[in-house]
Amino acid sequence: MKDVKVLGSGCRNCETTGQLIQQVADECGVTIALEKVQDIAAIMAYGVMSTPGVVVDGKVVHAGGVPDRKKVESWLS
Amino acid sequence: MFETLGDFVVFRLLGLSAESAAGQAVHFFVADSAKIFALLVAIIYVMGLLRALLSPERVRAFVRGRPTWLARSTAITLGAVTPFCSCSSVPLFIGFVEAGIPLGVTFSFLIASPMINEVAVVLLVSLIGWKLALVYVAAGLTVAYVGGMIMERFRPERWVEEYVWKIHMGEAGLAEPDNSLRGRHAYALAEVREILRRVWKWVFIGVGVGALFHGFVPLDWARQLGDAWYSVPAAVLVGAPLYSNAIGVVPVAEAMLVKGVALGTTLAFMMSIATLSIPEMLILRKVIKWPALALFAGVLVVAFTLVGWGFNLMA
Repeated sequence: MKDVKVLGSGCRNCETTGQLIQQVADECGVTIALEKVQDIAAIMAYGVMSTPGVVVDGKVVHAGGVPDRKKVESWLS
Repeated sequence: MFETLGDFVVFRLLGLSAESAAGQAVHFFVADSAKIFALLVAIIYVMGLLRALLSPERVRAFVRGRPTWLARSTAITLGAVTPFCSCSSVPLFIGFVEAGIPLGVTFSFLIASPMINEVAVVLLVSLIGWKLALVYVAAGLTVAYVGGMIMERFRPERWVEEYVWKIHMGEAGLAEPDNSLRGRHAYALAEVREILRRVWKWVFIGVGVGALFHGFVPLDWARQLGDAWYSVPAAVLVGAPLYSNAIGVVPVAEAMLVKGVALGTTLAFMMSIATLSIPEMLILRKVIKWPALALFAGVLVVAFTLVGWGFNLMA
């Protein structure tokens, strides 16, 4: 099981990113714990300034903009 | 090329007369929006391929730990080069504070970033000529530099929200970007999509207002409008609460200048619309208190008015 966090203060791109990750996980049959991190202090604690950002198992893998599907697949595999 | 397209669509397909106000307005709308979108896609794609669009994380890394004058120059240049979304103003502000970058430098950045970006500059060059583009950029950089310095004099630290000082940033350790040609192409396309999605409505609004002005405002009236001494502060005050992206402002300025509105008045109006707005103030309110916001708005209103008067006097 992977621990995935979407960093972003509730913007539309952040919603889209969360949905995309959940969708890819369902399709690949991977179970994930998806969490939205909306608190700006918590987001910046990851060193991310451009949202949405994505954290997988405690590591920042993406920041700034909605990631593309291929990238999401590579994180979850 | 875009003129021909405009001629074809408006005069042939729609059958409007080239002499009528409606014909001129629609022609302006068609030719300008086609031109602006073509340029937007081309410029953003090329910038993306070159990886010249910096993330806020990298801007912060470039600016931190430098002597103030150099930090300020770097911040302004980087702010001018990259079209940041105003939604990243808050993390940028906090990130700058946390890196120990002086607040005055941060304000300089916040002024330069929305006012100038390379897409708007290319549009200015192709729609109203390189001389005026240069004037706009030079005036904008000066206002950003001096404006930030003046803000610093007022010790704005006392107006920063408490929680901002307590945030500690981690090191992101982001994955290295994929620098193969395919990786760059994918990144450039994604940037084009992202930025277009953010600015398309401002472009249409800008071109629409420009078109109405172009078609329907009488020449004499426009000329008088720009020349009176009070027209500059009036333009600044009208533009201040309004928001448009710097890119959307260009066609409005084009229409104003073609109609003979004075240069200084037009410049002041452009700067005021692109930089000051109610949405931007509400976003910044999350990190600084009202007195600092009022001061920020006040300094900019005065600066834009001086720029406008300066250029009107020189003309």
